[in-house]
Amino acid sequence: MTVDAARDPSPAARPARPAIVDADIHNTWPEPAALDSYLPERWRRLRARLGERLHPGAQYPRLNPAAARTDAWPPDGGLPGSNLDLMRDQLLDRWSIEHGILNPLLEAGELLNLEYGAAFARAVNDWQVAEWLEPEPRLRASITVPYEDAPLAVAEIERRGGDRRFVQVLLASRTLEPLGRRRYWPMYAAAEAADLPIGIHFGGAGGFPTTAAGLPSFYFEEHAGMATVFQDQLTSLVFEGVFERFPRLRVVLIEGGFAWLLPLMWRLDRTWGMLREELPHVTRPPSDTIRERVFLTTQPIEEPPQPQLLARLLDRMDMDAHLLFATDYPHWDFDAPDRALPGVLGGARRDRLLRGNARALYRFG
Amino acid sequence: MRQHVLGPIDEFPPGSRRIVELEGRSIGVFNVDGRLYALRNRCPHQGAPLCLGPVAPLVTAPCPGSYVAERAEVIRCPWHGWEFQLSDGRSWVDPEGTRVRAYPVEVRGGQVLIQMR
Amino acid sequence: MVRRVIDCVVHAEVASVEQLVPHMPPHWQAVVSETGFRGPYVATQPAGAPTVCAPRFARPDGVIEGSEPGHITRVLDRWSADVGILCCDYAVDGIRNPDAAAALASAVNDWVVETWLPADERFRASLVLPIAQPEAAAAEIDRLGRHPRVVQALLPVRSAAPYGDRRYLPVFAAADRAGIAVGLRFGGNPGNPPTGTGWPSYFAEEHAGMPAVFQTQLLSLIAEGVFERFAELRLALLGSGFGWLPAFVWRLDKEWRGMRREIPWVRRAPSATIADRVRIALQPIDVPATELGAVLDELPVDDLLMFCTDHPRWQFDADDDALPAAIPEPVRARIAGPVARDFYRLS
Repeated sequence: MTVDAARDPSPAARPARPAIVDADIHNTWPEPAALDSYLPERWRRLRARLGERLHPGAQYPRLNPAAARTDAWPPDGGLPGSNLDLMRDQLLDRWSIEHGILNPLLEAGELLNLEYGAAFARAVNDWQVAEWLEPEPRLRASITVPYEDAPLAVAEIERRGGDRRFVQVLLASRTLEPLGRRRYWPMYAAAEAADLPIGIHFGGAGGFPTTAAGLPSFYFEEHAGMATVFQDQLTSLVFEGVFERFPRLRVVLIEGGFAWLLPLMWRLDRTWGMLREELPHVTRPPSDTIRERVFLTTQPIEEPPQPQLLARLLDRMDMDAHLLFATDYPHWDFDAPDRALPGVLGGARRDRLLRGNARALYRFG
Repeated sequence: MRQHVLGPIDEFPPGSRRIVELEGRSIGVFNVDGRLYALRNRCPHQGAPLCLGPVAPLVTAPCPGSYVAERAEVIRCPWHGWEFQLSDGRSWVDPEGTRVRAYPVEVRGGQVLIQMR
Repeated sequence: MVRRVIDCVVHAEVASVEQLVPHMPPHWQAVVSETGFRGPYVATQPAGAPTVCAPRFARPDGVIEGSEPGHITRVLDRWSADVGILCCDYAVDGIRNPDAAAALASAVNDWVVETWLPADERFRASLVLPIAQPEAAAAEIDRLGRHPRVVQALLPVRSAAPYGDRRYLPVFAAADRAGIAVGLRFGGNPGNPPTGTGWPSYFAEEHAGMPAVFQTQLLSLIAEGVFERFAELRLALLGSGFGWLPAFVWRLDKEWRGMRREIPWVRRAPSATIADRVRIALQPIDVPATELGAVLDELPVDDLLMFCTDHPRWQFDADDDALPAAIPEPVRARIAGPVARDFYRLS
């Protein structure tokens, strides 16, 4: 169909609104070759021949092309999220984003060739600096790392730690082992030393079936089921004593939703109470630790049958200082800053969610 | 009831979609195989530009694994994929409770006319 | 004490393979004695874990609590229960030899039918299945599913593929033919890791992580249209808890509104299907007492929960905590018996 206007035609004349921090934006390249100039020759050649070899994960047709809003394709033909001008137009300017945190989902951690993964991660981070952070002062970035190899990941964290435009270390939610396991501890040590949170984002592939019951058939299951992965990862971090071992470490769970957290806290407290003999290193009730160290982005926002149930949930969850608004631009499950949070949430709470909590966590002045 | 002239019918050929501004509202006007539709260009879910989404026959299934393309055309919101019938703006999953305004549109004397309330 | 209680989960524990040998065909009796096969040696829970048998029920004489009908009779007496639904966690699903798994499953079911059911008229049975072989599992349901005191087919919640996967259709078809419920139970040994992200270090993670597997299975059964294919299917969740259900249902409905096109045979919101077809055993009560009212309020249907003791599993310390007073009436009275009576079609 011919379309007169490729984008929402009523953008510009909007009243100024309070600034927002967007805790989850997905930048990507217009096409894969755009990363080549940041890769050493050896890897460029290998990449051209063999591409990216990953754990197979699971493959589904996903609601929309590139799993993106269908109105987010740039006119230059690149992928959604690859064009900074369009990102400014559709997101940063449109919604008065004062700071946006880039989480590129470029799979460095999933690459089976670990040495290549390290080179790839370094290239992604160099690309982020050159093409996103330098030209756009509102943006911040997450450090992409080859997280399945701790020394290589630590090297990349230490390389970037001095550049405070990198505000966290980025992992994917499905990993080779549960993220509380010791193989990941050196990475947590490095992040803690650099005063960087660990961000764990929806997705990834660790080489096993994506659920404890094998591989689901539909993207519906994969998408809705990612909450179970976040539950398992948080359980691992808590029961392995990661938060005791790294007393200043903070973790951000990104794009997992959050309504599942309250019942999980009840569950973890109960199991800990029954099986404390197995967990002597877990010295506090899990819910206490979670309320202190774990942060979550709001997207995809929960949509209970009545909006006041969301307010009631937040009251009971007692994580008001730990929830971070995110849009997930340009993906299809995007949350619009002016519509996603129901009005019933109230002014002070909305203010914390939309900007206050992220400013504090990521230390924006 | 107010009527607006949108233009000659050959500016709205089959397969076309145009976004127009009328009375401060953004409206999508569609010609699907000769049938004209007009919907408010705003999804009731989170305010997405609904009329920029893909238009296709509604897919139903008599049983798992069977896919039937119905004659009814729906537009899918470009963001979260909610489906709305072009003919009356009703959502597929909640036809009574969730709908978008549909405007009567017709051709008279070679001109496309839309009715607004 | 509330009258007309139904205890919808009590465990018949296989103490050793010797109990099953008399119920095996000669070939498998010979295999047991010639190979020293002791049955599955990996179970869902470590045998000595306090969660398997609450410390106050542990017997000092080495006898496994729940291994004899008299143990469960005493539980039903204590609770004035009209009915006790036996569930057996014997891990045949972990046996790779398809014929051994089928033989063991049949032996367990025959052991229950022949030695447990006659011991107490209140007992009802659930079928253990060689679920790794769906056709064999269906055959076992066809064999025993119409027994008047068999009320459900048990599926371990951890499986090789999600139960909505079309390979399992024969199992649901057989349950449908027999007119029995399907119960997903805590546990399972399919060979996959117990999480979608690898092998956890601690049993505590598996214990706390089991609800996530129930969620995965519900997602699958709904997405694959199993409830549409089998309009009479009744699904019980046994050992899942329920505190997680409201948030889960909100999410499913939200996803369905946008993703319906991928699974167009799902014509109703998932919350409606769950309200109509799914019931949940009360233990574990994974909700603090102060939160019970709010959670019950948010469940998709009032008649969701079915009382059980889950004996001898460690789920509560004092009897008063098994069916807490914090649950408001009249829901509490329905949980005690009527919901299970309706669900399992008990007279």
